[in-house]
Amino acid sequence: MIPATVQLVWLVVLLPFVGFLANGALSFVHPNAKTAVSVIGVGVLAAAFAVAVAVVAGLAGAPGGAPYDVHLWSWMPAGSLEVDLAFQVDQLSAVMLMVVTGVGTLIHVFSVGYMREDRSYPRYFAYLNLFVFFMLVLVLGANFPVLFVGWEGVGLCSYLLIGFWYQDHANANAGKKAFIMNRIGDFGLLMAMFMIFRATGSLSFAEVFEAAPNQFGVNSAEITLITLFLFLGCVGKSAQIPLYTWLPDAMAGPTPVSALIHAATMVTAGVYLVARSSVLFAMAPFTGAVVAGIGALTALFAATIALKQWDIKKVLAYSTVSQLGYMFMGVGAGAYAAGVFHLVTHAFFKALLFLGSGSVIHAMHHAYHATHSHDDAQDMRNMGGLKAYMPWTFGLMWVATLAIAGIPPLSGFFSKDGILAATFGRIPDTPVFMVFWLFGAVAALLTAFYMTRLMLYTFHGANRTGDQEREHLHEVRWIMTGPLVVLGILSAVGGVLNLPHILPGAEWLGHWLEPVTEGAAAYLPEVHLAVPTEWMLLGGATVIALLGIGAAVALLKPAALTRAAEAPAETGVRRILLAKYYVDELYDRFIVHPIVWLSRRVLWRVVDEGVIDGAAVNGAARTGKLIGWLGTRFQTGQVGTYVVLFVVGVLALLHAMTR
Amino acid sequence: MLLAPALSVSAILFSIGVLGVLLRRNIIVIFMGVEVMLNAVNLTFVALAQQLGPEGQVIVFFVMAVAAAEAAVGLAIIIAIYRHRETVNLQKLNLLRG
Amino acid sequence: MVEVLFWGFSGFAIVAALLCVTRTSPVASALWLVQAMFALAGVYVLLDAHFIAAIQVMVYAGAIMVLFLFVIMLLNLRGEGPSDMRGWGGRVMAVVLSAVLVAELWIIRNIMPDEALRLPAGEMDRLTAQEGAVQMVARPLFENYLVPLEVTAVLLLAATAGAVVLAKRRL
Repeated sequence: MIPATVQLVWLVVLLPFVGFLANGALSFVHPNAKTAVSVIGVGVLAAAFAVAVAVVAGLAGAPGGAPYDVHLWSWMPAGSLEVDLAFQVDQLSAVMLMVVTGVGTLIHVFSVGYMREDRSYPRYFAYLNLFVFFMLVLVLGANFPVLFVGWEGVGLCSYLLIGFWYQDHANANAGKKAFIMNRIGDFGLLMAMFMIFRATGSLSFAEVFEAAPNQFGVNSAEITLITLFLFLGCVGKSAQIPLYTWLPDAMAGPTPVSALIHAATMVTAGVYLVARSSVLFAMAPFTGAVVAGIGALTALFAATIALKQWDIKKVLAYSTVSQLGYMFMGVGAGAYAAGVFHLVTHAFFKALLFLGSGSVIHAMHHAYHATHSHDDAQDMRNMGGLKAYMPWTFGLMWVATLAIAGIPPLSGFFSKDGILAATFGRIPDTPVFMVFWLFGAVAALLTAFYMTRLMLYTFHGANRTGDQEREHLHEVRWIMTGPLVVLGILSAVGGVLNLPHILPGAEWLGHWLEPVTEGAAAYLPEVHLAVPTEWMLLGGATVIALLGIGAAVALLKPAALTRAAEAPAETGVRRILLAKYYVDELYDRFIVHPIVWLSRRVLWRVVDEGVIDGAAVNGAARTGKLIGWLGTRFQTGQVGTYVVLFVVGVLALLHAMTR
Repeated sequence: MLLAPALSVSAILFSIGVLGVLLRRNIIVIFMGVEVMLNAVNLTFVALAQQLGPEGQVIVFFVMAVAAAEAAVGLAIIIAIYRHRETVNLQKLNLLRG
Repeated sequence: MVEVLFWGFSGFAIVAALLCVTRTSPVASALWLVQAMFALAGVYVLLDAHFIAAIQVMVYAGAIMVLFLFVIMLLNLRGEGPSDMRGWGGRVMAVVLSAVLVAELWIIRNIMPDEALRLPAGEMDRLTAQEGAVQMVARPLFENYLVPLEVTAVLLLAATAGAVVLAKRRL
């Protein structure tokens, strides 16, 4: 029996969609009705959050019956394939539900202030509501196709929102890049779905995960292939190597979009997918190692790039890529709860960082607008000393920085430690995890370093913005600072969700997620480190964080910076890092250009024009004409010809009769 | 027992008739080729009548009567055509051409 | 004896027919055709069809071919020379087709009707001696095939009227 409040889950999904429709209509009919749009846009999210709380409360009251499948209707009854539009309420989807609706509401509130002067205000909120709708479909789906609908939908909304200011071609291109790279991953997800259906005859989570232990042999080629394809989908959606280059470009969209989509929710869909399919991944240890490996490599790689970026949003973008790598390292090591925990805490402090940077950019824009300057409002070299002008933002962003660097007792410390501990614990049976752990540790050091660098260049030291602009710098309005405060509190205390087992009240999230992860735990038992080892790791993480912060403070000299327009060009290693290892250029040269060449010269000229147009379409017409012409040759109007044909016919008949 | 030889002669005569129809362009000569063919068929009937009874000869009687009628009407048509077109060359009579 | 006569007459008929279709002058063709018909009449006699032989000469050679000659002379046709026959391609095609036809028909020259249908040997001679050549044909004609006979009569009437109408200068 599904509890009454749990059955309301469809309402959670429907509310943002209604918001999308209403705001969409308003964008055509009443584009200037900013108040109405704000009320609708934020209202549906807040209402959805309230209902989500009720749903989760219902689940918490009756956890034994989970997962609760709320069937809406039968979607695809096609022979042996039965796919329903159904939502699954269980412990994992409850966590994601709270994150999406909660952080989503805060970001919607922030957007009211941030996008106030934008011409396309209703369109923005329509797209944002649509995104939340699709994200909810994704995390609540009870089977792979519904998840895939949400998967594709968030990709679409990402494209729409990245290219929100589409009049600038660069923004539109960034949107296209994101969508196309996602698509590459989606191919993997589709292949995995096909293989799963072929093996188990079903696509619903409950049935597939129940049948999986009987259907697949542990570490067999089939399960490894399925999970690798699933991971390919995650690589695209969650911006891991090699499909990560779209995420920094996605910073072309409005900053709240970056906060919501490219920090807290959409990019975490990959982690969710792995956690959801934990049974499958646990049965394929090779894939688990691949997942953890790519996660670790991405974490380190992206962290090095972030060291040298000047655009404040780009630093945060690469930081997101790096932190996503951490999450995959966690779920790859079999610590699904740890990965999800980091997902949650990351949503808090990364959203806070993005929104905070949004406030900074908003203030800089305001200042430049007042003086009609064309300098880059996002370049840190144009900032500096903003703590005097924006104290609230300054303080809250330091909270987030300490969280992401991993300073106890903030949330990031516990979530990162959870992952590093799990990775460390896998070393005895899979030695390669030693390398992963090292990568993770170095990345933690670099994370502390570049985040401190960001804070130093932006808020500390002398102000470089310009004498005239300085007069116009001030703190942003409360509607934008309010959500920052909430996120700050969550970043600070969020660690209590999943404390390490050596502390009291430990592993609350881990226990909450147990019904979901126990299937996987049968193959990949949770590793519990010895108490001394755990303390050592905790201490080591703190030391690394402090080392990173200290090194940044000691080595970096904000005073030596000049404004972006006057800054000298970079040289040597710094230049490579700033140019993000030229990965985009490599992709362009070796992948994009050949494909474009192939499309133009081969597929277009040869196949489309030559074969299809020429041979098939024109050829069919020409053949008909030829046959007709042949027919005309028989109609000469000469009796003599007809007599000949007559005789030929008679001969044929005779031949048939005398056989 | 002249059945087999008679049938072979009939076959040869019939083919000569077909040759005449295919070879010539003069309508009257083509008509004569048709008459040759009819005679060949008559020969077949008569040969078989020797084996199977006088009914075969009755059929030959009818064939000749019809051949006469056909020759009369056909030649009348040829005359009519000649009056209109001044030619009996089959190649020049091509009003059937579309 | 009969064999020799048979091959003689039929050989002549074949040669005459060949010459008929290959002469350029229509008159020559017609005359050769008359020859062929005479030869065939001889063959009919050898095949115990005396009455048929007689009417072959009277009707076919005597009336139909005369009609042919009348028309040829009425139209004052002379051979038109080379254009009267087809070109080289046409000649080859005609010969080939005729050869194929001969080959096809040659295969069936050895058929023999069933025993049950056949008359006893020498039956035709006996009938001819008993009833006479004419009555041998007339009896089945008037007993079993009376209706076709009357219809043929009507046909001949229609043909006559039609020929007259078709060939008139002015209706």
